[in-house]
Amino acid sequence: MFKRLKITCDQATSICNKNQYGASTLLDKLKLNIHFLGCKFCSLYIKQNTMLTTLYKRHAKNYKGTKFCMSKEEKEILKKELEKIN
Amino acid sequence: MTQKQVLLHTDKWVDNYADYMYNYALVRINDVNLAKDLVQDTFFSALKSAKNFQGKSTERTWLISILKRKIIDHYRKINSKKGQSEVRTNFYDNGENSGSWLEERVPQSWDNYLERSIENQELKSQLDACIEALPKKYEMVFRMRTIQDFETEEICKELEITASNFWVIIHRARIQLRKCMEDNWFNI
Repeated sequence: MFKRLKITCDQATSICNKNQYGASTLLDKLKLNIHFLGCKFCSLYIKQNTMLTTLYKRHAKNYKGTKFCMSKEEKEILKKELEKIN
Repeated sequence: MTQKQVLLHTDKWVDNYADYMYNYALVRINDVNLAKDLVQDTFFSALKSAKNFQGKSTERTWLISILKRKIIDHYRKINSKKGQSEVRTNFYDNGENSGSWLEERVPQSWDNYLERSIENQELKSQLDACIEALPKKYEMVFRMRTIQDFETEEICKELEITASNFWVIIHRARIQLRKCMEDNWFNI
């Protein structure tokens, strides 16, 4: 039974990354926690990964709600191009 | 049966829809020039197929559906470019250590995390630089999910990828990003 719960570091970090978006299953989390018991590198990875998620979320706030527009000049050029083929 | 021809106001397209379409493209591909090109291509394609517009949807919805196809085409194009700036794996590929951390790539401790995580322009620039250094398809998916906060299902549907493919991309992107931030921000 325990063999089925054993995962590699690659799989552990993959679950950990999925977990940052709240998308890992209960079984995945169980496997992850068992893996952490014997793997200090992955324990460190999850700690740092959570820190990075905080940074990414903060970074995302800078972009949220920003509306991008084309300049008047660019629109005029585009209109002329469209007139040519219309 | 005769096909119903619906009148399109093509002369108003740029004023009415260019900004919306540009914004739509830019948040997905994060490339100013490419976004403008895609908007232009969309208008051209729409003009060519104007006779097929039956008025079942609004002009804007119809134009966006064409733009969506162009974004998928772009994604497929970057997806087929193998190996570009893709760093070597962080884990052993085979042998008895398969799936374990490569010795030289194990996570290092970030003793300076607190002082280095203070929000400032330098940190923003470094984060942007690391995200931009990702292979293009990783960058696109990571940005859409993490920065633009799109739902996973929405991204899979828009880019026509499976959920498992999506998570593999997110995993690889985050592994590479972590390494980039470690090398260029936390351990310098």
